[in-house]
Amino acid sequence: MTASFLGEDYIEIRDLTVDFDGFKAVGGVDLTFLQGRLHFLIGPNGAGKTTLVDALTGLVQGTGTARFRNRDLLAMKSHQIVRLGVGRTFQTATVFEELTVLQNLDIADGIHRKAWSRIGARRRVSERVAEALEVIGLTDLAGKPAGILAHGQRQWLEVGMLLVQEAQVMFLDETVAGMSAEEREETGDLLRRIAPGRTIVVIEHDMEFLRAYADFVTVMHAGKVLAEGTVAEIQANPTVQQVYLGASKEVEVDV
Amino acid sequence: MTTDSGAISDVAETSTPMSRAWRDPRFSPANLFRSYGGLIAIALLAYALLVWAPGELTPFRLGNLGKYCCWAIAAVGIGLAWGRGGMLVMGQGVFFGLGGYIMAMHMKLEATGPGEVPDFMSLYGDGTMPFWWEPFRNGAFTMVAIIVLPALISFLLGYAILKRGVKGAYFAILTQALAVAFSTLLIATIKQTGGFNGLNSFSSFFGQKLNKSTKQDIYLMAAGALIICLLIVWQLYRSRFGELLVATRDAEARVRFLGYDPANTKLIAFVLAAVMASVGGALFTPLVGIISPSNVDAAASIMLLAGVALGGRSTLMGPALGAIAVGYGQSTLSETYPTSWTYFQGALFIVVMLFLPGGLASLWTKLKGLMPTRSPLDRRPVSAALAVGAEAAK
Amino acid sequence: MDALTTPLLTGSATGAILLMAALGLTLTFGQMGVINMAHGEFLMAGAYATYLTQQVISGSGLSVLVAIPVAFLVTGLLGLLLEMSTIRWMYRRPLDTLLVTVGVSLVLQQLARDLFGAQGDPVTPPSWMRGSIEVAGYAWPHRQLFTIVLALAAVALLHAGLKRTSFGRRVRATVQNRELAETLGVTTRAVDRSTFFIGSGLAGVGGVAISLISGTNPTLGTTYIIPAFLVVVAGGVGQVKGTVIAAFAIGIATAFLTDWTSGSMAQVISFIAVVLFLQIRPQGLFTVRTRALA
Repeated sequence: MTASFLGEDYIEIRDLTVDFDGFKAVGGVDLTFLQGRLHFLIGPNGAGKTTLVDALTGLVQGTGTARFRNRDLLAMKSHQIVRLGVGRTFQTATVFEELTVLQNLDIADGIHRKAWSRIGARRRVSERVAEALEVIGLTDLAGKPAGILAHGQRQWLEVGMLLVQEAQVMFLDETVAGMSAEEREETGDLLRRIAPGRTIVVIEHDMEFLRAYADFVTVMHAGKVLAEGTVAEIQANPTVQQVYLGASKEVEVDV
Repeated sequence: MTTDSGAISDVAETSTPMSRAWRDPRFSPANLFRSYGGLIAIALLAYALLVWAPGELTPFRLGNLGKYCCWAIAAVGIGLAWGRGGMLVMGQGVFFGLGGYIMAMHMKLEATGPGEVPDFMSLYGDGTMPFWWEPFRNGAFTMVAIIVLPALISFLLGYAILKRGVKGAYFAILTQALAVAFSTLLIATIKQTGGFNGLNSFSSFFGQKLNKSTKQDIYLMAAGALIICLLIVWQLYRSRFGELLVATRDAEARVRFLGYDPANTKLIAFVLAAVMASVGGALFTPLVGIISPSNVDAAASIMLLAGVALGGRSTLMGPALGAIAVGYGQSTLSETYPTSWTYFQGALFIVVMLFLPGGLASLWTKLKGLMPTRSPLDRRPVSAALAVGAEAAK
Repeated sequence: MDALTTPLLTGSATGAILLMAALGLTLTFGQMGVINMAHGEFLMAGAYATYLTQQVISGSGLSVLVAIPVAFLVTGLLGLLLEMSTIRWMYRRPLDTLLVTVGVSLVLQQLARDLFGAQGDPVTPPSWMRGSIEVAGYAWPHRQLFTIVLALAAVALLHAGLKRTSFGRRVRATVQNRELAETLGVTTRAVDRSTFFIGSGLAGVGGVAISLISGTNPTLGTTYIIPAFLVVVAGGVGQVKGTVIAAFAIGIATAFLTDWTSGSMAQVISFIAVVLFLQIRPQGLFTVRTRALA
C-alpha cells in the first residue's frame, strides 16, 4: 500500500491562511511535512498550531493549498481526508467511553470494511486490530470499557486507532501532556517505532520530550512559521530563544 | 506498554489463533448473555403478547393492549434514534400519522362503495375526491406505501437536517415543529383529510369485516410487528452498526476522524425509526377505529417519548415496555381521574429525567451492581454533551 | 395599496408578538443554552397575570400598564423556581433539560386548566387602546401598535442591559468562559439565576401583549413555543439583533401568506421556509464564529 505512494506521501502546504472574522489565526504558512521523521510543531499558546491542524483535517475552513497524494486537503471534508490516509488526535483524548478498547479499535477498522457488512455482529477481529493492541500495549485491557482507561492509555488508544486506520499521516495534538515521565518515554519509543513509512506531526509544549525525540522542528509564532530545523538549530536560533524557548522553563514547570 | 517486541511485522506474521478471550469474545458467559439475553426477553414478551394475552383478556382489553403495542412499535424506533443515536425525535407523531392515515384512507375507500366518495368529502367539500386518494384503493399499494412513504420522507428530511450538522436541541425543536406543522396541515385540509375529525367509521380491513375475530387478528399483527421490530433492533444493537451508532452519539467529531460520515449512520437510524412509527400508526387505525390530528400532533409525539424515557431509552426492551406501561397508565388513570393524567405525565418526565435518565431499566442494572456508580448515560463525556450545536458553528 | 399595507401592518404586530415570545429565549436558550419548553407556559402565566390584575383593578385604564411589572415578576419568579429546583442540576444535559421542562409545561397547563377552566378568559383592552389609527387607508388598531412599541422597548432595554451594565458584562463573561469568569470573581451561579429570572420575566411581558390580542387560554403556550424557538434559531442563537429581524420577517411573511392561502397553511409554509433557510445558513442570520470544538 505504501509502496505505490512512495515519494508522494508528504504534505506540501502553501500560503495556508485561517481567518476568524478578521483575526488571522494562521497567516500564510508554507510548510512541508516529510515522510519517515518525527516532525514537531511548537510555539507559544495561540501560535496557530492546532488551528493549522484543524484546517488540514477539515475542522475549520482555510485558504491556500495543502497537497497530499495529488489532492488538496483544504477542499475536502473531514471524513474524506481521513479516508485519504490522514488521521489526528485531539488535545483532550476522545475515546468512546461506553465501548470497550477492542470495540474502539474495531470502529477505527471500519474504514477498511464495506458499509453493508456493519449489520452483522463482530465474529472476529482483523489482524490490524490485533496488531495495534500489541503495539500500544493494551492487549490485556481489550475487553474493558475505554472509560476506565488512565490518561496515558487513552492517548495510546487514540494512536492505536490511527494505526488501525492505517493513517499515513498522523497529527498528534499534545499527546504527552499530563503523562508521567515513564509514560512519555514509552510514548516516544512508540512513535519512534511507527515513524518509518509514516508522516508524524507532533504538537508539543514539552521541551524535554522534544529534545529527546524530534527529528525536525517547526516553530510557529502568531500564526506564522518563525523557524525550522533540527533541534540543535532551533535551540541555537536567537529569535526562537526570544519568543519561545526563553519561556520554556516556565512551561515545563506548568506541565 | 507491555511489549518490547517493537517489530510490528512479528505480530502480523503470527496467524491469529482465536484462543485468547478478547480475540473471540463470543464464548465468554458475560458476552453470551449480553448478546443473547435480549432474545430471551423478547421471547418472554412474545409469549405474553401472542399466547397469554389472547387467551386471558377480554376483547376490549385486548384491543387496548393492541393500541399500546402500536405505541410500543413507534417507541422501539425512538429508542433506536434517541437512546442509541442521540437524536431526540420529538415529532414521531408525524410518521405514526403517516402510516395511520395511509391505512385509514384505504379502509375509508373500502367502506365507500365503488364510484362513491368518502362521506366527509361530500359533507365538507364539493363531493369530488382528490386524485391522490385513488391509489390507496389498492391494498398492496397501501401496504407498500406504509413502509416506503415514511422512509422516503424521513430520508429527505433527515438528509437535509443531518447533513447540515443540525443536532441536539436544534434537531429536537425542528422535529417537533414538523409535528406541529403536520397536525396544522391536517386540520386545515378538512375536505381532503377529514380535518379535526380525522378519518373514522370503517367497516372492513383488507376485505375482512371488522368483527371480533378480525380485531383479534389485527391485535396479533400489532403484537407480532412489535416482536419483529424488537428483533431487528436486537440485531442492530449487537452489530457493528450499533457500536458505531453509540460512538457517533457520544463523540460525533471523533467518529468523523475515523473516516465515517456521522450523518449517514444517524440517517439510517432516523429512517428506521420513522418506518417503525409508520407501521405502528398503520395498525393503530384499524384497532382504534379512528385516526385524527390529536393522535399525531406535538402532544401525541411527546407521549410517545414518555414511555421511552420511563423504560430506558438506550435499552432493548425499555422503550417497548415503557410505552405499554404509559399507555396502560393513561387509560386507567384517565378513566378514574380525568385530569390527573396530565399531571402524572408531566411528573414522569420531571422525575425520570432528573433522577433516572437511564429509565427504569437502569435501575435494574444499578441494583444488579453492574453499574456501580452512575448510569451509563451520565458517563457520557462532558465534551460530547456540551458539543450540542457546536458543530453548527462550523 | 391595501393589499400591501394591511398584511405589512398586521404582520408587524404578529412579528412583535413573536419577538416578545422569543426574546426571553435569547437569554435562557441563547446565552445559557437551556432549552426551556415551559417558556410557552410562562407566556401563558403572563397572560393570566394580566387577567388577574384586571380583576383587581378593573375600570382603571391603567390595569394593563400595571400588569407589565406584575407579569414580569410572577413569571420571573416562576423561572427562578424552575432554575433553582431542576435546571441547575442539568446544565450538562441539554436534551434531558428539554424533557424535564416538557414535563413542567404539561403540569403548568393542567394547573391553569384546573384553576381557571379550560375555556380561557378575555382580557379587555383599556379604552385608550381600543381605537385605531388610519395608515394608508387601513384602520390599524391601537392594540397592535402598542404591541410593537412594547416589544421594541423590551428589546432596547435588554440590549442596553447586556451591552452597557455590569450585569450584562457578567452574563457575557459567564457565557464565553465560565471558569475564567469565576476566577475573575463573577459568581456564575448568581448570573445563571438572574439570567433565568430576566429571561422568564420577559416571557411574562410577552404574555401581557398576547392576552390583549387573544385573551388567556391554558393552551396558549403550546401555540407559541415552537414558533418562538424557530425565531431564535433562524435569527442566530443568542443574537438579539437576529431575533428581532427574524421575528418581524416571519410575522410579516406569515401575514402575506395568510392573505393568499389560510392561517394554517401560512404556518406550515413558514415552518418549511425556516427549515430551508437553515439549510443555507445553519447558524441562523447572525453568528459569532468560535473555535470551540473537539
